[in-house]
This record gives sequence, structure tokens and C-alpha cells, in this order.
Amino acid sequence: MTSPVPDAPDAPDTTADGAPAAFPLARSCPFSPPDGYAPMREKGGLTKAVIPSGKEVWLVTGFQDVRTALSHPAAGSDARHPAFPALGDGEQAVAAELRPFIRMDPPEHTRIRRMLVGEFTVKRVRAMRPAVEAICREQADRLLSLPAPADLVGEYANRVSTTVICRLLGVPMEDLEFFRRITSVSGARTSTAEEVGAALSDLFGLIDRLIDEKAQEPGDDLISRLVNGPLARGEITRTSLLSQIGITLNAGHETSRNMIPLAALDLLRHPDQLDLLREDPSLWPGAVDELLRHLSVADVITLRVATGDIPLEGATIPAGDGFIALLAAADHDPRAFPDPGRLDITRAQRNHVAFGYGAHQCVGQNLGRLEIEVALRVLFEKAPGLRLAVPLEDLPLRSTSAIFGLDEVPVSW
Amino acid sequence: MVNPAPGLRLAADADVCAGAGQCVRAAPELFDQDDDGLVVLLAADVPEDSRARALDAVDLCPSGAIALRGHPAPPAPDTGADRLPPGP
Repeated sequence: MTSPVPDAPDAPDTTADGAPAAFPLARSCPFSPPDGYAPMREKGGLTKAVIPSGKEVWLVTGFQDVRTALSHPAAGSDARHPAFPALGDGEQAVAAELRPFIRMDPPEHTRIRRMLVGEFTVKRVRAMRPAVEAICREQADRLLSLPAPADLVGEYANRVSTTVICRLLGVPMEDLEFFRRITSVSGARTSTAEEVGAALSDLFGLIDRLIDEKAQEPGDDLISRLVNGPLARGEITRTSLLSQIGITLNAGHETSRNMIPLAALDLLRHPDQLDLLREDPSLWPGAVDELLRHLSVADVITLRVATGDIPLEGATIPAGDGFIALLAAADHDPRAFPDPGRLDITRAQRNHVAFGYGAHQCVGQNLGRLEIEVALRVLFEKAPGLRLAVPLEDLPLRSTSAIFGLDEVPVSW
Repeated sequence: MVNPAPGLRLAADADVCAGAGQCVRAAPELFDQDDDGLVVLLAADVPEDSRARALDAVDLCPSGAIALRGHPAPPAPDTGADRLPPGP
């Protein structure tokens, strides 16, 4: 175990001359947003910050402002825009070239997103529950057969999330480490454009082969349906299809991999909340949304450029400027969520922005909720004595990725 | 529609729908998704006992695809709203 090494200052630069704060900020605690967010939000309006590329961007921190900004028609997501506030060099270059639908604007974005939304309806995801349960049971049994302590991230969450997304897409899951390596490189702010490009070309090689195979022999999976539907009809190019499959695989894997262990720890440090769930399992869906809000692991994924003025409560994002809507700041806004630092699984509000907001809100969110719920339920059912095997302070925080998480969580049971 | 709440009517616009399914989670008696994931309005007139869930659905919709009609701006539906039914 190494000590946490923050890659960024943990508080904004509050110099008297109003110099822009350096961004991104690191979390000092895995269960709370970076300490610097609260003062920005309390001050109201927008905060000017400088990102590692040297660009100045606006940070949006209030709950209402974040929702307004992200759902405004002038909130542009096109990574080719020079003001696009990418946090890593690799991120902008690769997104501008590969054009995943999360970094596109309408009408292009709408057209591509609509090829995917039918795969993730509430009904279809509900039908996946037995399969997800089987995967979680198998992986929990495997985890608990290992000598304790074992790593909850690598030996459980990573396996669950990879298996679920690969099964959905129709990707053979021969090598867990392959996906881990791809996503850890492509999602890291510290990766260069070349490193990201090399990792993705390995991934694309695999998807490219799958496209040919599934054109010949379609299966009951997402890639088969896209290959024999939109691709066959000429509605999407092969290159674009590769990008869209790549981003779906990446996003579907990385998010639940990070959420499941963090959520498990969050419940372990709130034994009263865990007891409530043990007494009344019907509380689980609400608990998952509260955990999503409380942890908001995709905090900085909402990078935008204002393509026109965007008026907020106390300020306006000027046309042409880049901005980042901080999801964890919004989800901890006490005006929207009373006592936001408290994990309260019976909270009535479900309007958190952990999945973003606006036309880009996470397309796989219903699957994400299902995976988190089932993975945690099965884990706590099979390992009622689950506990962290090292002091919490010893866990290294992974602050250089697009999705916040812990690299390793040793647990005993 | 035994007892519609006076004035509380819903409208849904599949053209701007992002297919997130939040309305179906919030109020499955009022909304569905078609096979392509886009919003289908099951009941435009909101029964009184669905009122809180209808307001919740409008609030949760990320893309502004569903709206209230013939009703003044709703109060923030984030307090005392019915709990969401079990998710997927």
C-alpha cells in the first residue's frame, strides 16, 4: 500500500487578486467531493480555473446551475472545439479523432445515441437481472474461495463489471487484464495521446474482428444488432461503429468497477444504513441512488463548450468558453440535498446528477443501477462479516482518472 | 382516469427524448418506452394519486421531453414525493 499522492492541489487558489484556481482538485476522502468545491459553491455563480493544458475554464458547482448548464441547447460536447476543456492531452486528441458519441452534438449525437438507447430501456435491463445475479453469485463465490484478505476491486468488481458489459456487447471475455489495461490507460488524465491511441488500437483490433464475425454469424448481443442493423443499412460507418462500441465497453466497465467497491465501503462505514437494508431489502433501489449521489464518481466527465451564452442563477457562461459542470459539487449542494455529506438511504430525492443531465445523461444508467444493486446485495448476503482489511487511510485514491475510484480494496470476511 | 387532478396534464415529445428511462422509473403507470427506448405517454391526465410521481418524472427527465400542460410551474417535487418504485 502506498500513501495517497494527490496529483493536484486539494483546495482552490484563493489568492486575493482572484487568480484562477488550478483544476482538477483531488479528493482528500474517498467519500466526499474535493474540499475546494464547497467554497466555490457557497460563493455562487461561476469559478474560473486553469486546467493542465493551460486553458481557462469555468467551473459550475450549484445543483440548479449544473442542471441548467447541462440541459441548455448551447452546451456543446464536441471535442474538436478548441475550447473543449479536456483534462488530459490524450483525451482531447483521441476524442476529436475517434468521435465517441459522448463527445458529439446534435443532430449527429442524437442519431448515434438512438442506435443504443433501445438496448438499455428499463424493461430490457430488468430482463437482464437473472443473468447479472448469476454473474455476481459466481464471482462472489470465487472471491470468498480465495485466501483473505483479497482485493475487492480486482477479484470482484472488475470481474463483475467486465463480465456484464462483455456479455451485453457480445465480446468474448478471454482476458480480464486486457480490458483493465485498455481502460486504465485510456481513462487516465496522465496518458499521452500516443499511449491512449496505442491502447485503443488494441481494443479496436478486437472489435474489428468481432464486427466481421457477427456479420457472418449474428448472436443475441448488441454488437450483432448494430452490425446487422445500422451498419448493414449504411446508417453508420464502420469507423464510427468501432468508436461507439469502444466507448460503450469502456464506460460500462470502468464506472461499475469503481462504484461497487466504494459503495461497499460506504455502507460498511454506515452500519446503521446497512442494517436497514438487511431488515428491508426493498430499500435497495433507493440506497443505490443515494450511494450514486454520495459518491458521484463521474464528477468531471461533463466537459462542455458554450456554443452560445448560457444564463445561470448568478452568472452567464459566455459563448465560446469551455466549462465543466461538477457533478459531485451539485450532488453535495445543501440547497438540493439537506445534510449532503450524510449517507441516508431513505432520502426521498432521486434527482441527483451522478449520471449527468441533459441529452448526454448516461445511456447505460439503468444497467449501472442494476449492477451496483445486485453486486452489493450478493456480496453482503454471502459475506455478512465483510470488512476492510487495512486502515482506510492506507487506500491509494485514484484521482487521475476520468472516473474516481480506488485501485485496490483489501477485504476480509 | 377515475379522478384526474384538475389541470395536471402531461405532454411527451419523443423527438427530444434521450431515452434515459427516468420517467418509466418514476411513474410506470404514466410512461413507457418503445422498443427504440423513446418515451410513450400512457396517460395524459394525471390521476390524483399519481400526482407526486408525475412531478417527479418531469423533474427527473434529463432532456425536457416531458412537460406539464395547463398547470402553473410545479413546486420543486423533491420533498415528500413518493418513493420511486423498485428499479430495474
